[in-house]
Amino acid sequence: MSDVRHVIIIGSGPAGYTAAVYAARANLHPLVFEGAVTAGGALMNTTDVENFPGFPDGIMGPDLMDNMRAQAVRFGAEIVTDDVTAVALDGDVKTVTDGEGAVHRAHAVVLAMGSAYRELGLPREKELSGHGVSWCATCDGFFFRDQDIAVVGGGDSAVEEATFLTKFARTVTIIHRRDELRASKIMAARAHGNEKIRFAWNSEVAEIHGEGKLSGVTLRDIVTGETRDLNVTGLFVAIGHDPRNDLLTTAEGEQVHLDEAGYVLTGDSGSGRSTRTNLPGVFACGDLVDHTYRQAITAAGSGCAAALDAEHYLAARDDTDSPAAAENEAAALDAADPVECPAEGSLSGVPVVTSA
Amino acid sequence: MALKQTTDATFADDVLLSDKPVLVDFWAAWCGPCRKVAPILEEIAAQYGDKIEIVKLDTDENQDTAARYGVTSIPTLNVYVKGEVVKTIIGAHPKPKLLRELEEFIA
Repeated sequence: MSDVRHVIIIGSGPAGYTAAVYAARANLHPLVFEGAVTAGGALMNTTDVENFPGFPDGIMGPDLMDNMRAQAVRFGAEIVTDDVTAVALDGDVKTVTDGEGAVHRAHAVVLAMGSAYRELGLPREKELSGHGVSWCATCDGFFFRDQDIAVVGGGDSAVEEATFLTKFARTVTIIHRRDELRASKIMAARAHGNEKIRFAWNSEVAEIHGEGKLSGVTLRDIVTGETRDLNVTGLFVAIGHDPRNDLLTTAEGEQVHLDEAGYVLTGDSGSGRSTRTNLPGVFACGDLVDHTYRQAITAAGSGCAAALDAEHYLAARDDTDSPAAAENEAAALDAADPVECPAEGSLSGVPVVTSA
Repeated sequence: MALKQTTDATFADDVLLSDKPVLVDFWAAWCGPCRKVAPILEEIAAQYGDKIEIVKLDTDENQDTAARYGVTSIPTLNVYVKGEVVKTIIGAHPKPKLLRELEEFIA
């Protein structure tokens, strides 16, 4: 096990695949762990993506991800459809353990694990998951033909799901804690104009009912505190996401600095714009770091930035004697000349370098 | 190895009357997670085919069977022994987790 790679990318989705495209075109021969069942990330469970630039007629989420993946493969990224089970990120050589137990080593790691659906946290939720409670409208909407169902949430995901579900359901009630949708104007207008969609404003789900399968929910009005029952056979939960940081949090503590909500902290105190974590050679991008924008295009942009930051780090590493010195040199170069990039292919074209 | 497809018409013969345990993968073409779990099931079938039969049921074309077993979320993996559902696994899971869930049938 003497092979140390330039860079390993953990996660797929727009961030991971874009990092892979850039790292591959820089001849860094990235190894990408795209996930055994999460490959492609959150967009794999969506239908039309209408706001990714370059696709005037929209593109299906899974097609967009297949395209990004193919683009990374075309330039030499090595993509493995497996999960990562452990990482050790400090030190010059980082190790990444895969689902089969094999250990891979690299001088740089890009973290792009994305985020996971947030659960309501109610007692019956797990038991009724797959029996009426769902997190995937595109997978499960079909089973609720001519039924009354509900979507919890008021953001773009919730409104998109509700609109999609009207293809099958008799009625779709959007349950939202506020008195107006948080979704983009175009999505909100589409929902308001859809005669199958109703709204339960200022409401949260207080209880989930059903034996063996969902029969209804109790809603609580968060202004008045009053409760009422809503008979639905399907409940689609779209109340947001939490960063998938479980690889980074172990019994011994966090491997890289996280903020209070569990997002990986990145950026220098100076520019605040890099994807560097507190550990030299470790970079993070996509929904794993992003509280704010959480779009396919911003994730892709930050994946690009992570690959460029890793490329700078690896170039500096060849000139200096320690990871910290390389980090400092890369940061100083970026600050001094922020528009300069290493020329494509400026690094060694050898896929792996053998260390002593 | 492509897995056998069962249907509303053949479900009883393929699954309920089988001597071996049968895992039925309730899936559909539009379901992203189903596509992720399919190759994992093919691997498990290749490795443990002597212990457990694995077949697929397209829920879009075989709605009666999907409805009879209360499938409202896919992928759903039901294991049938002597015509009865003895195990239900909902959602796409990595291979190590699926093997753990299926341990009693493939050990």
